[in-house]
Amino acid sequence: MTATAEASAPALHDALELVLADVTDQTPSIRSFTFRDPAGNGLPPYVPGSHVIVQCGDKANAYSLTGSGVLPDEYTISVLRVDDGGGGSATLHRLAPGARLTVSRPRSAFAPVATARHHLLIAAGIGITPMLSHMRAAAEWGHSASLLYSYRQGEGAHLDDVRELCGESLHECTDRSSFLAALAVRLGEQPLGTHLYVCGPQGFMDTVLHAASEAGWPASRLHSEPFGSADLDPGQPFSVRLSRSGTVVDVPSGTSLLEALEDSGLKVPFMCRQGVCGECVLPVLRGTPEHRDLYLSDAEKTANNSIMCCVSRSRDAGLEIDF
Amino acid sequence: MLSTQGSTLTPSVQRFPFPFREDSYRYSTNVEPAPQFVSTDAGGWGDRLIEIDPHYRSELEERAAILDRDPSRIAMLAHMGPAVWDTITTLLPVLAADYPDVMSFTRERRRCHWRNDLLRLDINFVIGDASTLPMEPLRFIASQIQDDIALLDQREGALWLDAGVITFAADWSLGFDVGMRFLEVHGPVPRVHEEQIITRAQQFLMRLQPGEKYRRTNWTMTVDRRLDTSTETYPQWGPDRLEVVDDPELPKRLHLRVEVQHLIRLPQSGAILFLVRTHMISLAEISAVPAWRQRLGRVLAELPEDMADYKGISRYRDAAANWLLGG
Repeated sequence: MTATAEASAPALHDALELVLADVTDQTPSIRSFTFRDPAGNGLPPYVPGSHVIVQCGDKANAYSLTGSGVLPDEYTISVLRVDDGGGGSATLHRLAPGARLTVSRPRSAFAPVATARHHLLIAAGIGITPMLSHMRAAAEWGHSASLLYSYRQGEGAHLDDVRELCGESLHECTDRSSFLAALAVRLGEQPLGTHLYVCGPQGFMDTVLHAASEAGWPASRLHSEPFGSADLDPGQPFSVRLSRSGTVVDVPSGTSLLEALEDSGLKVPFMCRQGVCGECVLPVLRGTPEHRDLYLSDAEKTANNSIMCCVSRSRDAGLEIDF
Repeated sequence: MLSTQGSTLTPSVQRFPFPFREDSYRYSTNVEPAPQFVSTDAGGWGDRLIEIDPHYRSELEERAAILDRDPSRIAMLAHMGPAVWDTITTLLPVLAADYPDVMSFTRERRRCHWRNDLLRLDINFVIGDASTLPMEPLRFIASQIQDDIALLDQREGALWLDAGVITFAADWSLGFDVGMRFLEVHGPVPRVHEEQIITRAQQFLMRLQPGEKYRRTNWTMTVDRRLDTSTETYPQWGPDRLEVVDDPELPKRLHLRVEVQHLIRLPQSGAILFLVRTHMISLAEISAVPAWRQRLGRVLAELPEDMADYKGISRYRDAAANWLLGG
């Protein structure tokens, strides 16, 4: 699965510079890309179901990693070419081995639940990619897992991989009615303590989650791929007026207020830079902060007279702070 | 700033993580990225994730003896196996990088070689195969570092204390807490719930990304340099807290106990590794650093009664504050 992030996504700070080592066609429209460290070093390990953000030109897209995540020497993603999309997938499809790319460190937002008695994985189309990662990890650690995979005839990516990995625990469907029938059976026959994971187009995920809910599955056992939720979005640009000096500081999208103040040579006390510790609180004199921190109480947030400048932004074009 | 008498201070004082930034102390979610060096009035600390000091062998021997005597100090729920291996493959390379003269770690796929000259250990093992280690994997990693270990699994929108090796607890019990939610573990701490400190800490931990490392300090006091002040051994150390008040040896016996706690999102399992390293120096040692002597004296004198009670220091804190402030 893919999701578009802003080019200045925070995840790309501290990113990896990798070389494209291998390109393999999965289907006429889905191509796999394997990246390695140019010096041949191992890559950071990752939680099954993780994604990376790949910079292509001025676009940055998130793609699921397809390995188990255990001590990887390479990262592999599979990309569906979307000709009328943002352009990221088409740019990637034009790359040849040897190309250098900026790839974020892996980010986990679709992890398997460690206490699950069984993992029921349900994928459609390119949604197979995080499931491949889950299946590989389950095989390596000896966890119980099965896969229901729906794809259009001739468009099934990673079929050889999943057939070898899953054996008897794989069920393939190539049309909607047989998928719905297979889904109904699977939802009714899982052992207590099973967790369900679904990835595919939004309508497909809605169908699966609705059917599971109707079949009595509690929401806490249902998991769908939520790209982008691990990061705060870069936000709208705004400016702040510093009341003591009268200076105006511009805060671009993707830059935090704290970073903008630091870039202007100002010293603000800080510790966590995550909106938790409370160290970088600043008094607000005018304007309405967009509170994104975990520090201020609901009452304090409603009062709008303070802001945690490491994560929070402005709802208006301008803020005035006592600084 | 390094004080003028810095050179005459013992290494354990120079490297002591003195935790007070002001003359009063309240709970806060005081996390910061790790490792990073912090300078103090006696020297500084914090440039390494795992600190090895002159007590290394004796503390590890003490841990081994405690685990032999009381197996309830080590606990692991069945689903935490991958998190334990993740802990091993995360920490051994860090140790080898920080102490290259005495430790080395190499890996070829899943086959690992670990050498620790401080313990005269030289082993080959295979990741995921417990039979290739000299003892169970969780106990093995706890035999290489002075830190206590807790592992938190993340699920159902919460963190769960599902594994650990805790031999040097400051009056709590792993056997009692294992399997609890993070919020339940912290249930007895005063004030922090009204102030939402634990809820915020949990939110912060749940948002940590793979490989991210943070730290915080916590503190209490202990009579004599006793690492094992767990709930299980309370009858052995509880009475000392009253007895020390009138002891002329109080400045030597009473120790400031500081925990440097590291919070690490493990990269493969997604579990949170929580390391608790305990450092202790006596009031007598603290008095060699005048700024510390005065600051600790003021903190103890000002500390609200409920916080002193929870820390278990209310019997002797006035005596300690009076001595430190020269009264």
